[in-house]
Amino acid sequence: MKYIKFFLIGILFGIVMSKAEIISWYRIYEMFKFQSFHMYGIIGSAIVVGMVGMFFFRRNMIKTFEGEEIHIAPKKKGLYRNLLGGILFGLGWALAGACPGPMFVLIGKGVVAILVVIFGATLGAFCYGLFKHKLPH
Amino acid sequence: MQPWPWYVAGPVIAFIMFLLFYFGERFGVSSNLETFCSIGGAGKFTDYFKIDWKQNIWNLIFVLGAIAGGFIASQYLTTTDAVAINPQTVKDLAAIGIDNAGATYLPDEIFSIEAMLSAKGFLILIVAGFMVGFGARWAGGCTSGHAIVGLSNLELPSLISVIGFFIGGLVMTWLIIPLLF
Repeated sequence: MKYIKFFLIGILFGIVMSKAEIISWYRIYEMFKFQSFHMYGIIGSAIVVGMVGMFFFRRNMIKTFEGEEIHIAPKKKGLYRNLLGGILFGLGWALAGACPGPMFVLIGKGVVAILVVIFGATLGAFCYGLFKHKLPH
Repeated sequence: MQPWPWYVAGPVIAFIMFLLFYFGERFGVSSNLETFCSIGGAGKFTDYFKIDWKQNIWNLIFVLGAIAGGFIASQYLTTTDAVAINPQTVKDLAAIGIDNAGATYLPDEIFSIEAMLSAKGFLILIVAGFMVGFGARWAGGCTSGHAIVGLSNLELPSLISVIGFFIGGLVMTWLIIPLLF
């Protein structure tokens, strides 16, 4: 039962991804062509609202439902890891027209071909794990 | 039907991030790909995947919810499959061989069953996915973990990653996609 809340939050995520057309390949293409404000508005307003919330989190004015301080695990530092990994991700994001979240939402929409993309993404994560020690970070 | 406007969608995504913080978790979808590997036995190949994946069950459940949400939205909340993209984008896509852009959510040239079953189409799908998965884990996050959470939290690694996302996305969109179709 403790997981049902995550299922419900996931449903909200799937609906907003669908209704705002974030799962559309065309919206991603349009964004990278700088031909629409839509995606920039979504990402930008999410970040601005997020920053305001973080302001309160950092001052511990909001706690978790268990009354604990909200701890945000920081991302790993490293120029190569973030830049090169980011560039590779961006190449895939623009070609697939979907980042990992929307990929799963597209399964719900009934898009069979997205399963190949998700398989590829899982294989990619696996190969990263295999070759991690040979890559610059 | 118009899509939900950006000023609705963006705050809803931030709200999802806050809800996950409130429940003690950090929003990030691509880490599920590693969890899949761990469950599938990838720990036999490298210690990297020897993790206690049971800690990530919440995220797998979140993804199941996202699939359900996609189903609910497409079955019950959407009257048309058309996407109101910029007419110039439609023209640009027609010029590189992608027709009827915006008539549905996804181009048939990439996502139809016929495309998937062709050698070239299959390769495009699997390579695109591979780059997303490999890149996201190398960078330590994707759009949710880096762009939304990381930038909201003013984390430098996330800023570098998002700059990378855009370098890669622009190269693909402007230089590589025109050669593919």
